[in-house]
Amino acid sequence: MQDQNRTIIIRGFFLFIALVYLCRLFYLQVIDNSYIEAAADNAIQKVVEIPFRGLIYDRNNKLIVSNAPVYDLYVTPKKLKNIDTLRFCNLFQITKEEYIEKVNEAKIYSYQRPSLFIRQLSVEDFAKVQDDLVDFQGFSFQTSAFRKYHSTGIANAVGYIGEISPKALEAEAENETEGYYKQGDYIGLSGIEKYYENYLRGIKGIKYIMKNSKGAEKGRYKNGELDVPSIPGKTLYSSIDLELQDLADSLMQNKVGSVVAIEPSTGEILSLVSAPSYDPRLLSGRNFRKTYGKLVMDLTRPLLNRPMQAHYRPGSSFKTIQSLVALQQGVISPSFTASHAGSPMACTHVHPVSNSIMEALKQSCNPYYYFVFRRFILDQNTQETNIFKRSALNLKLWDEMVAKFGIGKKLGVDLPSEVKGNLPDVDYYNKIYKGVNTWKFSNIYSLAIGEGEIDVSPMKMANVAAILANRGFYITPHIVKGVGQKGVIAKDFSVRKYVDIERRHFDVVADGMERMTEGKPIFPADLGICGKTGTSQNAKGKDHAIFICFAPKENPKIAVAVFVENGGFGISAAAPVASIMIEKYLKGKVERTALKNEIIARNFSNNVITQPLSGKSLPESKPIEAIVPKPNATIKKL
Amino acid sequence: MAKSKSYFSNLDSLTVAIYVVCVLLGWINVYAAVYNPEVDTRFFDMSTNSGRQFIWIMCSVIIIIAILVIDYKFYDTFAFVIYGFVVFLCIIVIFIGANIKGSHSWFRIGDFTLQPAEFAKMATSLALAKYLSSPNATLNKTRDRIISAAIVLIPMIIILLEKETGVALVFVSFIIILYREGLPGIYPLVIIVGGFLAVLGLLIPPIYVTIILAVLSFGVYYFLPKYEQNIKNIIFIGMIFVAMSAIVFSVDFAVNKVLEPHQRKRIEILFNPDSDPRGDGYNVTQSKIAIGSGGFFGKGFLEGTQTKFDFVPEQSTDFIFCTIGEEYGFVGSLVVISLLIGLMLRIMFLADRQKSKFARVYGYCIVSIIFFHFLINIGMTIGLMPVVGIPLPFFSYGGSGLWSFTMMLFIFLKLDGQRGQLLSRY
Repeated sequence: MQDQNRTIIIRGFFLFIALVYLCRLFYLQVIDNSYIEAAADNAIQKVVEIPFRGLIYDRNNKLIVSNAPVYDLYVTPKKLKNIDTLRFCNLFQITKEEYIEKVNEAKIYSYQRPSLFIRQLSVEDFAKVQDDLVDFQGFSFQTSAFRKYHSTGIANAVGYIGEISPKALEAEAENETEGYYKQGDYIGLSGIEKYYENYLRGIKGIKYIMKNSKGAEKGRYKNGELDVPSIPGKTLYSSIDLELQDLADSLMQNKVGSVVAIEPSTGEILSLVSAPSYDPRLLSGRNFRKTYGKLVMDLTRPLLNRPMQAHYRPGSSFKTIQSLVALQQGVISPSFTASHAGSPMACTHVHPVSNSIMEALKQSCNPYYYFVFRRFILDQNTQETNIFKRSALNLKLWDEMVAKFGIGKKLGVDLPSEVKGNLPDVDYYNKIYKGVNTWKFSNIYSLAIGEGEIDVSPMKMANVAAILANRGFYITPHIVKGVGQKGVIAKDFSVRKYVDIERRHFDVVADGMERMTEGKPIFPADLGICGKTGTSQNAKGKDHAIFICFAPKENPKIAVAVFVENGGFGISAAAPVASIMIEKYLKGKVERTALKNEIIARNFSNNVITQPLSGKSLPESKPIEAIVPKPNATIKKL
Repeated sequence: MAKSKSYFSNLDSLTVAIYVVCVLLGWINVYAAVYNPEVDTRFFDMSTNSGRQFIWIMCSVIIIIAILVIDYKFYDTFAFVIYGFVVFLCIIVIFIGANIKGSHSWFRIGDFTLQPAEFAKMATSLALAKYLSSPNATLNKTRDRIISAAIVLIPMIIILLEKETGVALVFVSFIIILYREGLPGIYPLVIIVGGFLAVLGLLIPPIYVTIILAVLSFGVYYFLPKYEQNIKNIIFIGMIFVAMSAIVFSVDFAVNKVLEPHQRKRIEILFNPDSDPRGDGYNVTQSKIAIGSGGFFGKGFLEGTQTKFDFVPEQSTDFIFCTIGEEYGFVGSLVVISLLIGLMLRIMFLADRQKSKFARVYGYCIVSIIFFHFLINIGMTIGLMPVVGIPLPFFSYGGSGLWSFTMMLFIFLKLDGQRGQLLSRY
């Protein structure tokens, strides 16, 4: 009996163990799915295929940016054998500490899998080290692509790419694209590269590769059924005219400032220069970190895209808008006459009494515009007897009209970090003067000549030039005229935006602008340039020179705004740049080489105070609402 | 012809069928384990484990024929001689054996290696069966207990000296047959409780285990009927408590002070396999990944990525179960476990019907051994047992292992086939 009991106990014990094992197996194999992932992690490597970034062409199908092969150096710690570190470090120009640190990092990642050691050796660098590499077992190269910039004169407009920052990575994980980027990925950081990032980057592909326990490749997983091919980035057709761009860039040598040229009928940006600039090739490839650090520290702020981000008082160039709103409101007629007498503002020079608005534009007469603005602010809505209230009432009217020119708001240009600028309104002055009806015309009259609290970017003034050229409308300036193929652009970039001022008033102003250039040697008559100078007051140093213009007078092909920081008078520093550019654009070549060379040789950068006022140290991508100078600071003679 | 037919006619066909299925499944999985997708791997390629396993299987057939041809009385009569001979081989191999991975347990004859320790299991079974079947032997007597223990411990200690810890551990399994034959239940109970306490002592600090034991002891005494609450029982319970605490502390001491570092590591990994997934825990982690990724139906023949790409070490030998688990999933695992449990139950059924005590004890011996291999081998692949290098019977690659199990099994089948004659003789 005891025997029988014991055989049952033994059988029971065996079956119990078998049951325990089966339960465990059921748990491992059927319930817990984590092992399936772990197995995939082990044997199946997900290789992300980074697509080629989109190319960028100029308006004449010239390549601006393309992709060049670069070589990434990888290290496989397990394969490292007898490395002559000294020779290696000399070859790759790294310190021994860097070498040790990087090898240790690689070891932490994996002994058997290759880790990135040095990124982006150029073809030239690669050629230098290629032969020596046989002596360094454990190091291997893989090709990848990096941006190649075919023009040095377009750095700020095109922008640059760089590794995504941890901060951006975090922010990106939260928005819709949700985790598209991984650490070490490249992303457009400025200019077109940033604005059109989503088109340029393409779509990453995924390849599943089987690897054995040693990390050696063993073919495609499921014959590539699950692979997702990468889609190359879209080609961008820029509206930039590369020749004009390079010319403008060279003209701005030794100067600090901006040049913006726009085709008025389309709103297409023909050139966009920010000076001083940098060589975009230095921000491509492995030099990025070194160069970037230097550029950031540079007090002239070469990384600032001045046309979009810098902002200045428009100065006398604003008189064009002033004339238009006054004419439209009927507060003056084209033949309005005013002398210097009775104006608190002096004129810059002695000249005959301006007997028309054309003459006033030609002479850029400050007292004339004092009276024009005075009429606008004080002589309208006279039923309102309180002068404070009337000033506010009319300023509101004035603001509405001026705002239509894009002043005080973002235009919506397809480039990052556009500043809003400032158009002071009633609330703005209420704030400054601490209360409603505490200020009147006499407090704000510097607006008459584009001084005081008004604040614009070069891009805005170029757009104003385009409005003047179009005699009453603009199309939002844009630098890309085709995504993927020509003509495919955002809807906004083909809509005319009218400023609601009659054409006849524009003709008057155009006449005045034509008169301004007449007979001056730097404006050849055959170009038909209509222009307006401006001198932006600068409390910190020499004034900034401004010139806006369009040409030819009828059917204008180009509108230009030139800002030269600390350049002094607009006519001397800024106007010649515009004139040469217009010659180039209309005639296809520059015949006035002597003038061109003279401009190039001119150096205004010595005048630049290390913290250029103009830029007013705008933090990138965070435009300041407005710069608040002292209200109605003493008006300089203009 | 008639005579040769009689050699096979009385064999238990169910057992033979399970044996054949196990060996063939094993062979297929050895092939899958060594299969390399880049090289045209053939079943019969002699340079691979699967090709060689085919030879071992063929040799097993010869061994089976030889066993069946030899008269059944041979095993009974020469049990001690065989035992003595194998023990002798186990001793001399220490001195003249080839040094393979630090253990001196292999004879090298040309390209072939042979491990006498594998055959010690069979020899010990025979000797133990022989001794316990002698007319006066009974495990109620201390003398017989000591001699039985000696029969088991002598080869076990010698094999330990060969540094074949895994094979030596197998001899613990004889406790099952000794229990079956009348050894008081306290012995296996002590081993099981001791094992349980040892595990507990490794999982939580020994001092806590002791506190728990103290509380339990007090509780047991408290709930005893009033008339049992006397000095005698206090001492009795107290002694059990002391003994248990001693086990807990000695295991802790043994693990930390006595075991070699690599052995200690293996025990630590059992309780925390993720502590060192790239180092010593690698085998267990990878084994669990391979099995766990098999799912319910498995990935299919030759489709196991973990197997194909060598993530599991020793996968044609000790970790063959991974290949089964990965390529055939839970269904495959169920089939293999059912086959082995079925085989054990069948042998026990056959053993229990034996008229001869020798055949019965022998049958239980081999069941004990198969069970121990099953317990440890599958247990370690699923992370329930420490990694001990012993093969899965009939499945794992290896000549010595396969032959040893084949011999053990077919000697028993031979004995079973002749049980009618026994009846006629006595």
